[in-house]
Amino acid sequence: MANDRAAATALDTGGGRGHYRALVWRRQLILAGLGAALLSSLCVDLALGPARYGLGEVVQGLFAPDTVSQQVRVVLWEIRMPVALMAVVVGAALSVAGAQMQTILNNPLASPFTLGISAAASFGAALALAFGVALIPAAIEYVVPINAFVMAMLAALLIHLLSVKRGVTVETIVLLGIALVFTFNALLSLVQFLSSAEALAAVVFWTMGSLTKATWPKLGLTTLVLLAVLPVFARRAWALTALRLGEDKAASFGIKVARLRLETLIMVSLLAAIPVAFVGTIGFVGLVGPHIARMIIGEDQRFFLPASALSGALILSASSVVSKLLIPGTIFPIGIVTSLIGIPFFISLILSSARRSW
Amino acid sequence: MVTIRLETLGARYGRRLLLEDVTTPAFRGGDMVAVIGPNAAGKSTLFKRVAGLLRGPGKVHVEGALRGPNGICYMPQDTSANAVLTVYESVLLARKQGAGWSVDDEDLACIDETMEALGISDIAFRNIGELSGGQRQLASLAQTLVREPEILLMDEPTSALDLSRQVEVLGLMQGLARARGMIVLIALHDLNHALRFCDQTMVVANGRLVACGPSSDIVTPALLRDVYHVDARIEPCSRGIGHVIVDGVAAERRTFAPPTAETSIRNPNRENRKCVEMAAQAS
Repeated sequence: MANDRAAATALDTGGGRGHYRALVWRRQLILAGLGAALLSSLCVDLALGPARYGLGEVVQGLFAPDTVSQQVRVVLWEIRMPVALMAVVVGAALSVAGAQMQTILNNPLASPFTLGISAAASFGAALALAFGVALIPAAIEYVVPINAFVMAMLAALLIHLLSVKRGVTVETIVLLGIALVFTFNALLSLVQFLSSAEALAAVVFWTMGSLTKATWPKLGLTTLVLLAVLPVFARRAWALTALRLGEDKAASFGIKVARLRLETLIMVSLLAAIPVAFVGTIGFVGLVGPHIARMIIGEDQRFFLPASALSGALILSASSVVSKLLIPGTIFPIGIVTSLIGIPFFISLILSSARRSW
Repeated sequence: MVTIRLETLGARYGRRLLLEDVTTPAFRGGDMVAVIGPNAAGKSTLFKRVAGLLRGPGKVHVEGALRGPNGICYMPQDTSANAVLTVYESVLLARKQGAGWSVDDEDLACIDETMEALGISDIAFRNIGELSGGQRQLASLAQTLVREPEILLMDEPTSALDLSRQVEVLGLMQGLARARGMIVLIALHDLNHALRFCDQTMVVANGRLVACGPSSDIVTPALLRDVYHVDARIEPCSRGIGHVIVDGVAAERRTFAPPTAETSIRNPNRENRKCVEMAAQAS
């Protein structure tokens, strides 16, 4: 057993201190590796498309735009960059949201979609696509994402209000989430049943999730939310890690468990609602990203949080690459690709390495 | 020196009153106090109330300066955990609660010393989900001790340990209490441990404090019959310390009425008052 060998080594070197330092160093290396893999995936994503460029040309276009042709520059910066970066940012946001949801609910199956946030967003978008209903008056191109966002936040607010009324227990929140998923899915089916053939096609495509809806302003807003939330989670890293030792244990450490869980839930809702509003439903990343991070780096939030962000970003960026490669000239909806590629990979990870942190 | 005294302490869960009118004399730094009583008597509730995790009437008087938020630490009975964390990390995060990200040599030295004292250095880098019940209990104890509390509330900390580990751990706690000037309140089911290691004993039954005072005065055949419903003798062991020998289940049973809102507010528990007076006289 690797851990037993590690313990024996630790004792040989006169205590756990040396081994702990080595463990931290190894985890920093894993994070650096994930970062490097993400950068590589981003470059490949930028190189692929109807017109394919070499990686050298992409790097040149990124760091010395004046040295490449105007056509390459426009394709890289105006067309592909927002989509490729959106994959990174949305993947990171959904994965971090899933990681914290699994942490606060102490449930490995939790993700932004378990609580019905995604289902609510889909219903909001469908209202706009099928009937032109705007929940908040806005410019026509923003009606769909605003509807999706408003419904997602309403779902989060409803869960918050009901769970406070009943006393915030993990079971209550999960059960309310499941009830909301079924409710909004039924409402979505009703909208689809009542809508025209064209509107039905639009609704179905939106629910599949697609990065091609990305623009610089949408990317900027999503990044802003991610950058605002990450430091808050980082500051609470020890407390969030302690939640995984159990509610009683965390409370015995002086942590206000109910308050921490509630505040985290609100931030997670925001983190999940914004990407869903802009790119549609991409359900797999929020579930699998944290699991991969947990398996390779453990649950110390100082490492687990960045690892979740990086693994989620890597999954979605790699999925974006695959979506361009499946049928040249066609970009598959990213939600389909993440599920098709990621789930077998996820199952193999579960079966091969159980719960060990390497 | 830090002291703690409970005054008409009660605890509520929702509208239910689980504990009422617990009043004790002041316990001082270095005291090891056993909290005994049958299952579901209210021992854990009492600890949670003292630690501030439950609300209720009454007051916890703490005198003497507590150093920071770790002044009163509660070690819960449930030690199960399913996190992907090593034992070492779980102890580290207990120590670093409320602190920054950086981990310095002082933190690591404290963890190394504590784990060595508890004899768990060999499992330091095993996943906490893979531990046996006893190992989990020792890891939980390490998590509590590295916080360097001044008042420590331990809820059955030796229930999953083998006999030699029980004696080692209780001896360690007794030594730490005296060396650090720490008050240790410890819930125990083994009354022989209470007699051997604890200066004072509190007896809780049905949500009330029914006796409190020096352990050798409190653990008597009469109390064992009333609280545990057993016929028992107390005989000195080879070291001259009282030892409980249970002969069988008592024929007659005495029950303590469960707490009610009326008794806690209007009709203070006379028995409780009497035991405080007895303890004051004894001290």
